Amino acid sequence: MDFPVFHLDLFGNRLLIAVIATVHVLINHMLAVGAMPLIAFLEWRGMKTGDRRWDDLAYRLLFVCFIVTTTLGALTGVGIWFSTSLVNPGAIGSLIRVFFWAWFTEWTVFVTEVVLIVAYFLSWKTTWAQQNKGRHLALGVALSIVSWLTMAVIVAVLGFQMDTGVWTVQPGFWTAVLNPVYLPQLFFRTPFALVTAALFLIMLTGAFTRRDTDFRGQAIKTMSAWALVFTLPMLLGAWSYWRAIPERMMANLDTALTTLSATQFLDPLRWLILASVVAVLAVCLWGVRAPRRLPTVVLAVPFLLAVWQLSYFERVREFIRKPDVIEAYMYSNGLRAADYPMYSETGLLTHCAYSPMDEITDENRVAAGQEMFRLACSRCHTTHGVNSVVTKLETMYGPDAQWVADDLDLYLKGMHNARPFMPPLPGNDAERGALVDYLIALRNQPAGLDGAQSHGIVARNN
Amino acid sequence: MDRIANWPLPLDIPLPLPADSVVLQALLVLLFLWHILFVYLMVGGTLLTVGFEILGRRRPGFDKLAKDIAGTVTVNKSLAVVLGVGPLLAINVYYTVHFYTANALTGHAWIGLVPLITLTFLLTYLHKYTWTSLAHRKGLHLAIGLSSAALFLFIPLVFLSNINLMLFPDRWADVHGFWSALMLPNVWARYLYFLASAVVVSSLFLLFYYLRAGSNVEERFDGFDRPRLKRLFYTIALVAGALQLGVGSLLFFTLPDVGQSTALMATVGLAVVFGVLALGLIWGEIASRRVSVMPRMALVFTCVTVAAFAMGYGRHLYRDEALREHRRQIAVRTHDIGWQTAAAQYRQATGQTLVRVPLGQRIFEGTCAACHALDRVLVGPPLTEIAELYRENPSGIVTWTEAPFRKREGFTAMPAFKLGEEKLLAVAGYMIGLGSGNPPENAVADESGEEG
Repeated sequence: MDFPVFHLDLFGNRLLIAVIATVHVLINHMLAVGAMPLIAFLEWRGMKTGDRRWDDLAYRLLFVCFIVTTTLGALTGVGIWFSTSLVNPGAIGSLIRVFFWAWFTEWTVFVTEVVLIVAYFLSWKTTWAQQNKGRHLALGVALSIVSWLTMAVIVAVLGFQMDTGVWTVQPGFWTAVLNPVYLPQLFFRTPFALVTAALFLIMLTGAFTRRDTDFRGQAIKTMSAWALVFTLPMLLGAWSYWRAIPERMMANLDTALTTLSATQFLDPLRWLILASVVAVLAVCLWGVRAPRRLPTVVLAVPFLLAVWQLSYFERVREFIRKPDVIEAYMYSNGLRAADYPMYSETGLLTHCAYSPMDEITDENRVAAGQEMFRLACSRCHTTHGVNSVVTKLETMYGPDAQWVADDLDLYLKGMHNARPFMPPLPGNDAERGALVDYLIALRNQPAGLDGAQSHGIVARNN
Repeated sequence: MDRIANWPLPLDIPLPLPADSVVLQALLVLLFLWHILFVYLMVGGTLLTVGFEILGRRRPGFDKLAKDIAGTVTVNKSLAVVLGVGPLLAINVYYTVHFYTANALTGHAWIGLVPLITLTFLLTYLHKYTWTSLAHRKGLHLAIGLSSAALFLFIPLVFLSNINLMLFPDRWADVHGFWSALMLPNVWARYLYFLASAVVVSSLFLLFYYLRAGSNVEERFDGFDRPRLKRLFYTIALVAGALQLGVGSLLFFTLPDVGQSTALMATVGLAVVFGVLALGLIWGEIASRRVSVMPRMALVFTCVTVAAFAMGYGRHLYRDEALREHRRQIAVRTHDIGWQTAAAQYRQATGQTLVRVPLGQRIFEGTCAACHALDRVLVGPPLTEIAELYRENPSGIVTWTEAPFRKREGFTAMPAFKLGEEKLLAVAGYMIGLGSGNPPENAVADESGEEG
C-alpha cells in the first residue's frame, strides 16, 4: 500500500507488534476478563462468611489488577493500533473501513469497562461500599460481564480474518460474527482466561498471605478449585477451535508451530505443551488437596507455563494466516492480491508514490532492488537482524555457497509455491532482477535499511 | 502552485467509507472534544498537583490540596486514554492517508508513546500512593511528581507534531523524523495554547469539584475556606486564560494560509467573544464577595463550553480546507488505478498475457526450480539424479512429493506439495524427461490457464 514505509531493521516489524500484542492479550485475559469474576467471587465469599480476610485479599488482588490494567494494559491496547498502523497501514486501514462500527461498539463497551473498574476499585474502601456491600458487589459483577463483552466483540473481528475467502464476497460485521471460527474461538478463550487468571491470582495470594498459613490454605484451595472447574471447558474449547480452523490454514500449521528449519522439533514441542497442561492441572490438584504444603515458588510454575502457552497460541494464530494478512484479499506485505496482475504488467515501483524511481536502469539497479525489498519484503524480513533475508538464503543454499543470480531469480519467481506461507513476489521481471542484484550486494554489505521514520521520504510527484 | 508541485500523491485505500462523511467528521470533532477534556484534566491536574505540593512545603494546607487533586488525576487519566480510542478510530478511517503518513514519518516517537505514557502513569500512581509513606522524604516524593509532570509536558508534543504534520503534505518530504517535524511552523504555538487550555480547564473543574454542594472543604484542607478556594482557582484560570488568548492570536496569525476561510474566521471569532466573556465574568467573581457562587459558575462554564466547541469546529474547518485539494487529487488517482487494475485482472483471467507453456513445465518452473537445478545441487538434488531414480517409476515422484521426509544428511528437508495426482504426474514426466537429456516437446496440452 501507498504509505511511507516504517521499518525496524534490527528487531523486525513483526516483533514490535508481537511483543505489544502478546503483553496486551496476557493482561487482558489474566488481569481483566478472567480475574474480575474471581475477585468478585472472593468478595462475595467474604460477605457470606463474614470473614474480613476474604474481602482484604480480594481488594489487594484488585489493586494489582487495577494498576496494571490501567497502565500497561490500556497502553498496549492503544499500542496495537499504533504498531499495526505503522507496520501495515494498508491492512489495518482496510480492516477499519469494514469493521469501523464493530470497533466503535467495542470501544463503547471498553469505556464502560474502564469506568466500572475505576468505580469498583476506588469505591471499595469508602463508607458507601461498607454500608452497601451488595451494591458494591454488583459493580464487580457488572465489570466482569462488560470485560467479557469486550473480548466477545474483538474475537469476532479476529475470527473474520481467518475465514477463508468471505472478505472479497461480503465484508461486514455480521458475516464476521456468524463465521464458523467465532463461537469456537470464544468458547476456548473464555475458560482459558478464567483458568490463567486464577493461576496468576493464586500466585499473588501465595505472596500476600504468607503470614496467615491457615487462611492461605483456604484461599489457595478455593482458587485452585475455581481453576479446575474451568479446565474441562477449556480443553473442549481448544478442541473445537482446532477443528474449526479452515483446512488451508492447517496446511501451514507445522511451520507455524516452529519455524521451517526447525520442523524436526515439532514432536518434542507437542510433548512440551502437553507437559505444561499436565503441570498446570497437577499444581491445581495439589492446591485443592493439600494447599498448606504448597510453596510459593511452585505457584509460579503454572502461571509461567500459562504465560508461555498463551504467547505460543497467539503466535500460532498469527502465523496460520500467512501468506495473507487479510484472507484472500491482502498479502502480508500489505499489497492487494487484486493488484498483482497490474504489477506484473507495469511493475510495482511505478505505482508507489514514495519509490524514488519508477523504472529500472543500469545505474539504479541496486537502489531499485532496495526499494523492492522495502515494498515487498520488509514487513516480515530485515536485512541483517531478526528474520534476516540474508540468513534465510544462507540457510537454504548453505552458509558458504556462492549466490548465483539466475538461481535466486528462479527462487523468487516460484517462492510462493515452494514456500506456501510466502506471498508471491509482486512486480515485473526487471524488478525481480533488480531485487536479486540488491540481495547479492546486501550479503556483503553491513549497512541495513532505514525506515521512513528516520530517513524521511522522497516525493516523486505523479 | 508550489504546494501542489511538491506533494506526493499516494493511493487511498480502495474501500468505501463505513458511513457518510458528514457523520464521520461529526464523530471526529465531538469525540475529540471529550478526549481532550480529560487530557486537559490529566495534564493540568498534574501541573497543579506538583505546583501546590511545592507551595505546600511552606504552607501545609496546599500539600493536602495537592494530594487531593492527585486523586482526581488518576481517574481522569484512565478516561483520557480510553476516550482517545474513539477519535483515533474516526481519524484513522476518515484521514487514513494523512494520519498514517504523519505517524510513519515520526514513527520512533509515535510508537515510543506506548512505553512513555505507561511509565508516566506508573509514576503518577507512585506519586499518589506514596504521599503518606514518603512524607518524611518530601524531596524524593516531589522528584517523583516532577518527573511525571515533565513527561506529561513532553508527551503532547508527539501528538501535536503528528496532527500538524498531516495537514501539510507539501512538507512531508522535508521531514526526517520526529524532531524535524517539531520544527514545522505552528507546532510550538499549538503546544503553548494546549498547555494554557489545560490549566484553564483544570482549575475550573477543580473549582466546581470543591465548591459543589456537600463538599466540606473547610474540614479537609487546613486554612482553605470556600471563598479562598474560589479566589485561588479563578485567579489561576484568569492568568492562564489571558495567556491562552495571547497565544491563540499568535497561533491564528501564524497558521499557514492554506486552510484559511471565512467560515473559519467566523468560528474563531465566536470562540474569542465567548472566551473574553468568560474572562470578564471570572474577573468579576474574583473581586466580588458573594456567598453563592453557583449561578456565576454556570455562566462561566457555558461560555467556556461554547468557546471550546467553536474551537473544536474551527480546527476541523482548517483541516478540511487545508487538505481539500490533496484529498480530491488522491481520490481521482485511486479511482483511475481501480480501472487499471481491473483491466489487468481481466487480461490475466482471459489468458491475454499468459504464454502457453505445458502444465508440467509450468509447475516445475513455478515451484520446483526454486530448489532443483538440472545438473547440480542447488538446495535439493539435481534433475539428472532424480531421473536416474524414478525413470521407470514416475508415480514414485508423486508419492514422495505428497509426503517427503528427511532423507539426506546436510540437506534442507523438503516441504510437502499436495497439488493433486494429475499435476504431480505432469511435473514428474517433465522432470524425468529433462533430467534424461530430452525435454518433451508437447507434454500435456493445458487449457485451464491456471498456475501450478
